[in-house]
Amino acid sequence: MSDRANLTSSSPPRSAWSYARFQQRLAPYVFTSPFFILFLIFGLFPLGFSLFLAFHLWNPLDGLGNWKFVGWENFALALGPSDQFWVALKHTIWIGLLSGIPQHLVALPLAFVIHQFLRRWQSAVSTVLFLPYITNAVAITIVFGMLYSEHLGLLNYLLHLVGLGPVRWLALPQLVPYSVAAVVFWRYVGWNVILYLSGLQAISEDVYEAATVDGASPWQKFWYITLPLLRPMMFYAFTLTIVGNMQLFEEPFIMTGQGGGSGGAALTSAMHIFNTAFRDLDMGYASAMSWLLFLAIFVLSMVNNYLFSRDGGRDV
Amino acid sequence: MKKSLSLALVSALLLGSAQAQDKVTLTVAAFPSLDSAIKAILPAWNKLHPNVTIKLQAQEYADHHNAMTTALATGQGLPDVMAVEIGYIGKFAEGQGLEDLNKAPYSATQYKKLFTPFTIAQATSSDGRYVAMPTDIGPGTFFYRKDVLDKAGVNPLTMQTSWENYIAAGKKIKAKTGASLISAASSVYNVVVRTNLKAGEGLYFDKSNNLLVGPDNARFVRAFTLTKEVRDAGLDAKIGEWSNEWYDAFKKGTVATQFSGAWLQGALQNWMAPDTKGLWRVQNLPEKGFASWGGSFYAIPSKAVNKQWAWEFIKFMTLEQSSQITAFRDNGAFPALLTAQKDKAFSEPVDFLGGQQARVLWRDAAAKTQPIDVNKYDSVADQILQTELTNVLEQGKDIKQALTDARAQIARRAR
Repeated sequence: MSDRANLTSSSPPRSAWSYARFQQRLAPYVFTSPFFILFLIFGLFPLGFSLFLAFHLWNPLDGLGNWKFVGWENFALALGPSDQFWVALKHTIWIGLLSGIPQHLVALPLAFVIHQFLRRWQSAVSTVLFLPYITNAVAITIVFGMLYSEHLGLLNYLLHLVGLGPVRWLALPQLVPYSVAAVVFWRYVGWNVILYLSGLQAISEDVYEAATVDGASPWQKFWYITLPLLRPMMFYAFTLTIVGNMQLFEEPFIMTGQGGGSGGAALTSAMHIFNTAFRDLDMGYASAMSWLLFLAIFVLSMVNNYLFSRDGGRDV
Repeated sequence: MKKSLSLALVSALLLGSAQAQDKVTLTVAAFPSLDSAIKAILPAWNKLHPNVTIKLQAQEYADHHNAMTTALATGQGLPDVMAVEIGYIGKFAEGQGLEDLNKAPYSATQYKKLFTPFTIAQATSSDGRYVAMPTDIGPGTFFYRKDVLDKAGVNPLTMQTSWENYIAAGKKIKAKTGASLISAASSVYNVVVRTNLKAGEGLYFDKSNNLLVGPDNARFVRAFTLTKEVRDAGLDAKIGEWSNEWYDAFKKGTVATQFSGAWLQGALQNWMAPDTKGLWRVQNLPEKGFASWGGSFYAIPSKAVNKQWAWEFIKFMTLEQSSQITAFRDNGAFPALLTAQKDKAFSEPVDFLGGQQARVLWRDAAAKTQPIDVNKYDSVADQILQTELTNVLEQGKDIKQALTDARAQIARRAR
């Protein structure tokens, strides 16, 4: 030991700290560290902590450390028959489909029309379409709450004018998913238009010119050129929609309340997890469900991936 | 010279720190409208304790309780005094983060008899710890529109005798005036479930944590049946509480009755329907049902910094008659303190209720309200039952089946 100590002390004098050395070796780490530090604290730690909690029974009011290991019990509870986890997942997927499919069916042709025929107004139109996306969710849901209002709402007033009875938009369990999905659709359709527009702009004009020379109709151009070349963007947009809709929270939460409205018809998985964690104070069960939701999103994204890559390679 | 200088320095330092110790900042976390009551009482407190500055942290109801939950979980960012609403007091009591006020230096046992009895039970955990002092209570009451009932020729007292008579009167009201009996049928469920509980029974669980919900429990079967009767007879307006339609119905008188806490009078008078002054009356809930409908508490987190001053503050808010009366005058917070309820303000007629001496009625109702045992899975049970009730009302599900399903679902979650 002492020999080694002597060795190091007798080795040629080298400044322990020199600016040049710092610049070369350490500076990059120092300058990139904020991201990693923040990621560790706000990204990796919560992830690990929720995985840890998923195997424990913990009431947060008991304080840190007072948890009880329960193994897979939380998962078994969520996956058990007739658990609310399934009901909430079913609502989530149903609302997701109701809002997600029309979103793309409308956004894609709309983007094409704007790109082809409304060039001059493109930025103005995109701004208008993008507005719902950046508007505060609370404001949106309050406004829609007023539109949907059973006795005082605009929608029922218009129905009344044509002699139709009041519709209980946010009270009839069968109707609630549609009412919520309409808001989600309205909010994100513009976002998808913007995605598709940017995809369209990446397609070379030459292809269209060649098609025009060949006498292709606008419909043929859309079907045989635009659609195949947009495939990567569609994949991206679909993935975002799947992830976003599976985590749907704000709109149903504010419009229908914590319980998901009449009969809990708009109780989505994210709301159910939130309720379990912060109202029922069952953190372990909530964490387990978060991981199951993550799995569900992962599987759906993989299915999406598979569907796109299966016949995607042939066309592009 | 040098010595005397350093001596002076040291003494100055000591003096400074002593003065700093006298200056205390006490953080109090609360929610609306309790924060407004605190602000109203603050001048009196500042006069008495000029050195203790109160820092009030007010957040919306849900935000406040979520923030407190997180703070208790981590032990970080806790206030010295924590306000807790009735919806959370059971859960907070079962947790381990709040001071047991039974113990020294608080020794709150001596004060318990000064409060409306059922509030003490609400703030006591199942293992006997007493975690919070009550400040206001919400006696459950039966609001009705006198003008509508008069028009229909219905005597309000008959509506009070039994639920069957209540529904029968509702049919008469509907036929004669077109007004709905109640805003939402589920209100009937909420009252029936919460009243006439046997001793040692909670809403959904009994004292020893046994689940009470099920097709063989008369209370739940009756609550579901009566609610369905109201809906089937078309007597409810199908309006959710705290919605624009709700306020509108109050303004227009399209709904004849409403069960609520006494505090609804203040809300009606101040902003919901001020123009209906004099048209409303109150009486006790049907079938002598007495129920607690809201209430607030003050607690001290175990990790609070200034526990001593926190306790002084809580005592000032809850045990001082003048504070309780100030809160009552400020926003109608009904005092939990029994002596405050004897204040002359209580025998004053309430103009909004057509000069009725309603506060005396509420005081008696509060005295007759029995303590209900709280359980940490109450919120789980409540949500599951509300969903099953909707299934019965909206989809015609069989009541016994709905209660069987509810029982199974609650049993799984209550671990």
